[in-house]
Amino acid sequence: MNPEPRLVEVRKNVLKQNDVLARALRERFREAGVLAVSLVSSPGSGKTAFLEKTLTLLHARYKVAALVGDLATENDAARLARSQAPVKQILTGTVCHLEAAMVQNALDGWDLNNLDFLFIENVGNLVCPSSYDLGEDLRFVLLSVTEGEDKPLKYPTIFNSADTAIITKSDLAAAVEFDEAAARRNIQAVRPGMEIFKLSAKTGEGMPAVLEYLEGRRAYSRRESVRFAT
Amino acid sequence: MHELSIAMSIVDLAREEAELRGAPGVDVVYLKLGPLSGVVKEALLFSYEIACQQTMLEGSKLLIEEVPIIANCPVCRERRYVQSMQSLCCAECGSPTPEILEGRELMVTALELRR
Repeated sequence: MNPEPRLVEVRKNVLKQNDVLARALRERFREAGVLAVSLVSSPGSGKTAFLEKTLTLLHARYKVAALVGDLATENDAARLARSQAPVKQILTGTVCHLEAAMVQNALDGWDLNNLDFLFIENVGNLVCPSSYDLGEDLRFVLLSVTEGEDKPLKYPTIFNSADTAIITKSDLAAAVEFDEAAARRNIQAVRPGMEIFKLSAKTGEGMPAVLEYLEGRRAYSRRESVRFAT
Repeated sequence: MHELSIAMSIVDLAREEAELRGAPGVDVVYLKLGPLSGVVKEALLFSYEIACQQTMLEGSKLLIEEVPIIANCPVCRERRYVQSMQSLCCAECGSPTPEILEGRELMVTALELRR
């Protein structure tokens, strides 16, 4: 028997296990006709407030649910439960990001066919979540006006990994002298062509545009799903 | 800091490949790393040593090849380097480049196996 050569070519993605699971999840979401949207941001950017508002507003007309990743507490799930939508907490322990396997496990026992929208709130962290595909159709990155306009330049990878940017807490913009033009410029620099929404979950300003966008994306992926099925 | 979990995935992957080929250990792991992978080289090298402890990769080396971001420039209609991660524009003509072709790599490309 010939001995194997000492140097062997491998060419495998380090996160292939996660990628395979994420692809399977994406396929499940597509088959069930559910639009999966994940949220990433730094801690305190308003992911939970935005999600609570979105769930509440969508709940009237759609079947919505959410998974919430957190290191330790279940406070966010309790807050989100006020929207009446089914919410499940994913406690990550010391892990600073969600992985596809955690999403898969959390969905155990849920009938996706009974859902129109599934939201996945990642752990508040602008670094680690960027490496992990969760199988979502859309990734929202949130940036609050209180954080500073240069966040996208400091964390280009997460902004680049996202599909859509949401500027939150717009009701505080004047008080903190938020330079919106600079923020938009910086977002475009790290992710050219990215769609940007500005809103306040507190006052509701800007929410209709995001809801319309979500509904449009869902209708689009439904049509695609029918097209693929036939 | 997710580099430790990434390092452990690298060790798992390398061990599987080595076992598949009947090798008793691994001397070198070659990794291709793109700037948009979200992984920091220094943190990964530090974590790698820890992840290797008490595995067949103990004492092995991680050789990281950092690869540039390459985008499709809509104006030049060519594969182009970009200016930087903070400015995803064509390095030649300065046009914004939404379509990234390379730069997200986090890939084990080869292994040097122990005999």
